[in-house]
Amino acid sequence: MRVFAGLVGFGLLAPLIVYPVFLMKVLCFALFASAFNLLIGYVGLLSFGHAMFFGFAAYVAGHLAKVGTVSLPYWLPLLGWKWLVIAIPPLTPELAILGGTLVAALLGLIVGAIAIRRQGIYFAMVTLALAQMVFFFCVQAKFTGGEDGIQAIPRRPMLGVLDVGNDLTFYYVVLAIFCAGFLIIYRTVHSPFGQVLKAIRENEARAISLGYAVSRFKLIAFVISAALAGLAGATKAMVFQLASLTDVTWQMSGEVVLMTLVGGMGTVFGPAVGAAIIIYMQNYLAGFGEWVLVIQGAIFVVAVLVFRRGIVGELVALLRQRAAKAGGPQETIGLAKPAR
Amino acid sequence: MRRNLTAAAAAAALCMGAGSALAQYSDGIIKLGVMNDQSGTYSDLSGQGSVWAAKKAIEDFCKANKCHDKIEVVFADHQNKPDVGSNIVRQWFDVDKVDAVVDVPTSSVALAVNTITKEKNKVFLVSGAAASNLTGKDCSPNTIHWTYDTWALANGTGQAIVKTGGDSWFFLTADYAFGHALERDTEAVVVKNGGKVLGKVRHPFPAQDFSSFLLQAQASKAKIIGLANAGADTTNAIKQAAEFGIVSGGQNLAGLLVFITDVHALGLKTAQGLIFTEAWYWDANDANRAFAKEFGAANRGNMPTMVQAGVYSAVLHYLKAVHELKSDADGAAVVAKMKAMPTDDKLFGKGSIRQDGRKIHDMYLFEVKKPEESKGPWDYYKTRATIPAEQAFRPLNEGECPLVK
Amino acid sequence: MFELIGVPPQALFGQLLLGLINGAFYALLSLGLAVIFGLMNVINFTHGAQYMMGAFGAWMLLSYLGIPYWGALILAPIIVGLFGVLIERLFISRLYHLDHLYGLLLTFGLALIVEGLFRREYGISGLPYSNPIPGGTNLGFMFLPWYRGWVVVFSLTVCLATWFVIEKTQLGAYLRAATERPDLVQAFGINVPRMITLTYGFGVGLAALAGVLAAPIYSVNPVMGANLIIVVFAVVVIGGMGSIMGSIITGFGLGVIEGLTKVFYPEASNTVIFIIMAIVLMLRPQGLFGTPK
Repeated sequence: MRVFAGLVGFGLLAPLIVYPVFLMKVLCFALFASAFNLLIGYVGLLSFGHAMFFGFAAYVAGHLAKVGTVSLPYWLPLLGWKWLVIAIPPLTPELAILGGTLVAALLGLIVGAIAIRRQGIYFAMVTLALAQMVFFFCVQAKFTGGEDGIQAIPRRPMLGVLDVGNDLTFYYVVLAIFCAGFLIIYRTVHSPFGQVLKAIRENEARAISLGYAVSRFKLIAFVISAALAGLAGATKAMVFQLASLTDVTWQMSGEVVLMTLVGGMGTVFGPAVGAAIIIYMQNYLAGFGEWVLVIQGAIFVVAVLVFRRGIVGELVALLRQRAAKAGGPQETIGLAKPAR
Repeated sequence: MRRNLTAAAAAAALCMGAGSALAQYSDGIIKLGVMNDQSGTYSDLSGQGSVWAAKKAIEDFCKANKCHDKIEVVFADHQNKPDVGSNIVRQWFDVDKVDAVVDVPTSSVALAVNTITKEKNKVFLVSGAAASNLTGKDCSPNTIHWTYDTWALANGTGQAIVKTGGDSWFFLTADYAFGHALERDTEAVVVKNGGKVLGKVRHPFPAQDFSSFLLQAQASKAKIIGLANAGADTTNAIKQAAEFGIVSGGQNLAGLLVFITDVHALGLKTAQGLIFTEAWYWDANDANRAFAKEFGAANRGNMPTMVQAGVYSAVLHYLKAVHELKSDADGAAVVAKMKAMPTDDKLFGKGSIRQDGRKIHDMYLFEVKKPEESKGPWDYYKTRATIPAEQAFRPLNEGECPLVK
Repeated sequence: MFELIGVPPQALFGQLLLGLINGAFYALLSLGLAVIFGLMNVINFTHGAQYMMGAFGAWMLLSYLGIPYWGALILAPIIVGLFGVLIERLFISRLYHLDHLYGLLLTFGLALIVEGLFRREYGISGLPYSNPIPGGTNLGFMFLPWYRGWVVVFSLTVCLATWFVIEKTQLGAYLRAATERPDLVQAFGINVPRMITLTYGFGVGLAALAGVLAAPIYSVNPVMGANLIIVVFAVVVIGGMGSIMGSIITGFGLGVIEGLTKVFYPEASNTVIFIIMAIVLMLRPQGLFGTPK
């Protein structure tokens, strides 16, 4: 908790030194990575399609903020396809973000119900393929604007009072959103629910034999993870006033995996640290084009071969080693070893 | 984004002229940002070549006029992604004191930059992007659309082809907004000129295999198969059309967005007979050839595309306007000045800029030569028709631009 | 019946034949993946990049050494296969004792490196590679280029030959046994690590072979494998991740289904494979030909 307070303090003062828009980007991706980490670090499920929640929520939030009116297709026998039009005026940022988050949660429920049936690599492949479906849907659907994306998303005053058109003001709002999301993850993990998740990760068969409805736990965790990834995506859309196809590609899914891996899977602050590092690197090396790809690939390789616990993971392991000498509890960091 | 390259500073230093009133440039410097694709699909037609063209324009301007202040060029890679592009431009305007953004291929990025430039009252000189909305619904007092747009391409290619005998069409369209727009614009032109559209098929974007769509095109027996797509989709479709013997079977392919770099990538054997519209060709006259020779020496032997030539022309005119105004701080004012002055440069000749931000010049309908007809590397085109400037672009009143009263 | 659907039979047969040709690529690529996964339990995300390397290999052999297509058909897979062997020895073998997901992440990283390097060197516009057997024949309902016909015949032969070797020969038996109980098989004196390395090299070689086949018809560019790989994953999952015959049949089958979709509802042709995958996973999670775990 002290670490968290320290980080928040740093966050409050940071815009004095660093460009606020860059900081907001880091915060959004830190939340995205932390949401992803909930699944991989604490439940042991590698979702290779998490960008679908991130990106789709961005689209929904963008649409709600710019246009408002929602048209849903439905099918009737004999009459064919019809449209249900819900006329809403363009929404303020907080409602748009909320809308995006809820849609992401719903998508998470659907995808989770299909994907949870499998584990390990199969789960990863399923999420990847479903994310591709969402990608192709986004390419075609009218409201996403295809290759153009949703542009010029307005930033209306929030709660009627806050002028978030100003980058600095909006930064503090985003910081607040990040802290809220982060706290949700923290409470989820450090709770009886979180304990059961860890038990499932360590030995699923035993958890089942103890009477836990394992599938339901996994699904709930999946939905929370999806919703928070959606929150991150919707916020990002408001920050950059743009929602585009990049946010739903599988390369984006790969990036969040990289951030979490570098930072430390299964640690509390790891993903946020990883996100900060990767975003900074991308920014710094943006002039080098494809070298960014090569470097990211190299980081992946190095991280997997020798650095599996990630930066924060290594730090925590170091601290635990000292605690272990004094006699304290041990915990697994990273992916669980396969039970033979 | 701290990717600075102070190259033209040297040229400017050459002309630190004494005398005459010193202009008040914002932050004491005129800073141009060339943003385009440096590593992806469009890197060959824009990329570092555009940066070279911008610097060349500064060099030529400073040779002809006395340059009083520092003029600097920075560049960045937007990777064809609107979020990357808008990020860079935001940082350029907020932190790096850039005054004008130049080039920006890929319409989605250009539209994003268009919005931000208007918000921050800077200048946006579009050379690479195609979206005709930039001078239509999305027109802005801070943006000038320089080289070409989808309407000009559709009109040029569609009209000229129908008039030269290609009156039955079949469309192969990329199934996303840009492809639909190209198809819609071209179909309108074809029908208006007495042609018929025999059918159309939408292919997913992006697509690898066009065999089944080409089969349908072949079966339609249309004289012209219009490719309403771009980049890899176009080159793939053309390659596979060659495989299925479409051109040798008597049908012609009409590329709706093709650059000389695409033809170079395909090779003449595959691309021969392709018909499309462009704004500029390196081998058209001596001035172009001279420019191309210098370009080739600095760019690995590649010839400049119309986009890179457009960057040269736009930057030159921008500098003239800023020089006259003696200020670069108010973007809208600079653009208004650019519209007030007629354009004249060695590559595009004389031209003008309309109220809606559209630069006017002749467009050309080209056909790709057969391998036997080509006398050397990059000798690819023969001119099929010239479309005069007044007819080449969408009429002012049809664009729905709020700036046009 | 066809009049009701509104499609003339010739168009339908034409599309089916084309679908079969596409299916040949899917089958060949998913075969390599299935071999690697079935025998090594490693998801080879680098497969798309290795496919691309095969195509580039053919191009480089032609441009720098003047070796034509037919030579490249043999040489490129061997060269890329050796590269695969190198990767396996240096990197992948260190991960066998860990969760399989790390193998996925490692090969993902390798794919990024390979793609990035090729993009750096060759840009993204694509390089020309001429058709070794131009021309074709008019079958009445469509014009079939000779080359595409060759692709189907050749892939089918390679697929069946691979299946035969793995399922019906002694070498194949050793390979399959080595996956089940490596310690026991090693006790019999068989060099298990070497077999595994060669298996990986072989799977990679298959990917490269598909790449050489693709070079004359698709654009030879560094991203040609990136989007294809996801589709191939779906094929392997549908077929059953360890089943060799499953991926062959599914590969060809999905090519045909995709071809049909292009006739009736072309906009969905990219998504139909994933929809099928989702359905198969809901009804039969181990895949159509897989063994239930």
